[in-house]
Amino acid sequence: MGKNNYLKLLGILIVVAVAPLIIKGDYYLSILVFMGINSMVVIGLSLLMGYAGQISLGHAAFFGIGAYSTGVLTTQFGFSIYSAFLSGLLLSAGVAIIIGIPALRLKGHYLAIATLGIGEIVFIIFNEMIGLTGGPSGLSNIPPFHVGNYQFTLSIQYYYLVWVTLFVLIWFSLNVIHSRVGRALKAMHGSELAASAMGVNLSAHKIQVFVLSACYASIAGSIYAHFVSFIAPNNFALMTSIMFLVMGVVGGLYNIWGALMGASLITFLPECLRVFKDFDILIYGAILLMILLFMPEGFLVGIPALFRKYFK
Amino acid sequence: MTTNQLILKTEHLQKVFGGLMAIASLSFEVREGQIKSIIGPNGAGKTTLFNLITGVHPTTAGKIFFQGKVINGLKPYVIARLGISMTFQTVELFPQMTVLENVMVGCHPRSRAGLFSSGFRLPHMKKEEKWIRDESFEKLGMVGLQEKASLPAGSLPLGEQKILEILRALSTGPKLVLLDEPAAGLNKVETQKMADLIYSIRDRGITILLIEHDMSLVMKVSDEIIVINYGEMIAEGPPALIQNDQRVIEAYLGGETDYA
Amino acid sequence: MDLQDQIIQYLASGLTLGSIYAMVALGFTIIYNATGIMNLAQGEFVMFGGLIMVFCTTTIGLPLFVSFFITLLLVTGIGIIYERLFINHASKKAPLMTLLIITVAVSIFFRGIAMFIWGKDPYGLPHFSSPKPLIIGGAAILPQVFWILGLSLLAVILMNLFFNRTITGKAMSACSVNRMAASLVGIDVSKMVLLSFALSATLGALAGAAITPIALMEYDRGPMLALKGFCAAVLGGLGYGTGAVVAGFLLGLIESFTSGFIYSGFKEAISLIILILVLFIKPSGIFGSEEVGKIKKI
Repeated sequence: MGKNNYLKLLGILIVVAVAPLIIKGDYYLSILVFMGINSMVVIGLSLLMGYAGQISLGHAAFFGIGAYSTGVLTTQFGFSIYSAFLSGLLLSAGVAIIIGIPALRLKGHYLAIATLGIGEIVFIIFNEMIGLTGGPSGLSNIPPFHVGNYQFTLSIQYYYLVWVTLFVLIWFSLNVIHSRVGRALKAMHGSELAASAMGVNLSAHKIQVFVLSACYASIAGSIYAHFVSFIAPNNFALMTSIMFLVMGVVGGLYNIWGALMGASLITFLPECLRVFKDFDILIYGAILLMILLFMPEGFLVGIPALFRKYFK
Repeated sequence: MTTNQLILKTEHLQKVFGGLMAIASLSFEVREGQIKSIIGPNGAGKTTLFNLITGVHPTTAGKIFFQGKVINGLKPYVIARLGISMTFQTVELFPQMTVLENVMVGCHPRSRAGLFSSGFRLPHMKKEEKWIRDESFEKLGMVGLQEKASLPAGSLPLGEQKILEILRALSTGPKLVLLDEPAAGLNKVETQKMADLIYSIRDRGITILLIEHDMSLVMKVSDEIIVINYGEMIAEGPPALIQNDQRVIEAYLGGETDYA
Repeated sequence: MDLQDQIIQYLASGLTLGSIYAMVALGFTIIYNATGIMNLAQGEFVMFGGLIMVFCTTTIGLPLFVSFFITLLLVTGIGIIYERLFINHASKKAPLMTLLIITVAVSIFFRGIAMFIWGKDPYGLPHFSSPKPLIIGGAAILPQVFWILGLSLLAVILMNLFFNRTITGKAMSACSVNRMAASLVGIDVSKMVLLSFALSATLGALAGAAITPIALMEYDRGPMLALKGFCAAVLGGLGYGTGAVVAGFLLGLIESFTSGFIYSGFKEAISLIILILVLFIKPSGIFGSEEVGKIKKI
């Protein structure tokens, strides 16, 4: 996948390993955990949007399905963590296939609208199936993540869990991008006409990427549920889906590293703004606007460009 | 090397767009190993014909047979996998991908690695990647593009872009290649190179169906020529015959600027 | 209340809701037609319409009529500033997806401003005429409902006349069909874009001012309205103004009747469920044509 990317992976590994030595305290570690969780979702989104060229306005649905699947199955039905995670994955993939197949058959961006709808429908299911999910008051007492008898109760444990998983997902994604599949996706993005003339099955690939991105979100959601131990439907509403999108666009959609950057930045930003109390939404919106206006292709493209402009 | 096998056949092909009849009734055959050219004034329906053959547009009526099988109604990627490949009138490379990657995409129908094996870099995927990369690089060598392998395809001059597009089309392992105005915008030297490329394609046993306006190129390389006007065939035959056909001269050759 | 009265009641609330959705959908469509952008901050125009109206009448104490026009003016101004600051420059180099997110960011920004000025509480307005409900059959209908319906219909008629009978309006329609061709014919596309934002803002303000006496208004009402308006716009055939308006009313009625007769929990989602169902059957929307549906991209 190229020396460049291997170096970046190595860099991430080092930073991830070393960071907890510098950053201490539960609060900051939690932020890092959330950065990692959000990155997982946004990387999946960037594969979908940057490579397959499709928009998802409802990715919180898959995030939520992952979270509620593992939450409900472990608390109410005594499932093991692994089967719960797997069930969440299968359910997310299944939903993605069901809406993806009809939506992607159509030309244009009807997947966007279908995903918007799925996001709302899933949200309503979480809200209304009170017996199963606890409804608007949420689901609590989700057991901590564990491997065998080893329990994950501390933030630092989740930090490593999340970032190692993220690392694996990034490795997987980079492999896909630098493969026959990745080329087919890039081709599709460049010219659907030429891609199909070269034997690329457009619909099949679009659905595959959509399902893959749903799986990433599901894994992220499942880990999230065990980390926070209490989830409510409001965590998986339209705003959440839009936030994932914002993270992707701010970081730069065509790039996994951009997704990572955008997710980290946007997760971190509200924490910085907490001090501003009444101004926080205002400043948040203003910062977003400035980033988008001055770096429309995202941070990853924008910052080096700025450097080149002012330091050369 | 003439076999008498028909590789492509159309029967009463018709295509209507809204109120416009782009192709009225077209029936012709292409023999294996031929170089057959389609000429006609602009708007005669030539590119539409290609789009019907490759499945980009559905036919309104009529049938298309490829190696005896009916192919109209199939999706473009299926037709590509059956062995028909094409290049486009306006070059449709993947501009952001490198020169090498563009050719590698052509290998798509001949390779298998899916999401799972690619993501986990399973051994058979790595083997496949190697032969795709090596073979594509070699192909670039045959047209002298190896030094530019890592450049974005969009940065090449037009002549090289057209050659690259043909290389890509050949990577799919086609039995029939449709070239849509390969010489458009090329100068004399580049056009000669194009002619040589066309011959070398034929020498590999690949049949070529060609749309062109450059008459000297057409007359030189073609075994047979079809002349289309207003969606209908007005003449068919070897170059010598076509050059002297009165109807053709009136409709097309007479008033046209010679691009040679 | 017997069935007939219930129907009248739901009809009234459905049409009320519907006219707000119709205004948002229409504003949405106007901007989409001129620019190809989905303005997800559309709901904020409604929100500002309501809250600024509150400011004028309650805080400053201006008479209703004057407040109304000042509100329309101010919110239109907001729309103009929005376009000049955030859209004009960006639309030249930013990809469509980024523009979409910019409208999201604007929505957040506007909400931030509103929260800063007015806080999180809902505000009310005096009814435009009498607050006493009219008794129709056995149902009680507020006169404000007729104000809402009347103003909305007036707006729709004016928009219709504008787009079909005036040169400027036709120029804007031309932009929606083919921007490049329009500019080649001498139409100042960037002025048309500005105008589209201004008009949408006015429509939103009208809706906001009219609905606040009944439904109150708070700083974060925008997103929900934008979502419903978006559904209506797509349902009506994206880019087709009349379709958007009709779909808006339809959606309001469906929402009212399902909530009343079937199950109120679905109220928020019914628009989206309907949207998905319709799109899977007829992707170009209820009133859209097949060809147009394929050409237009989000």
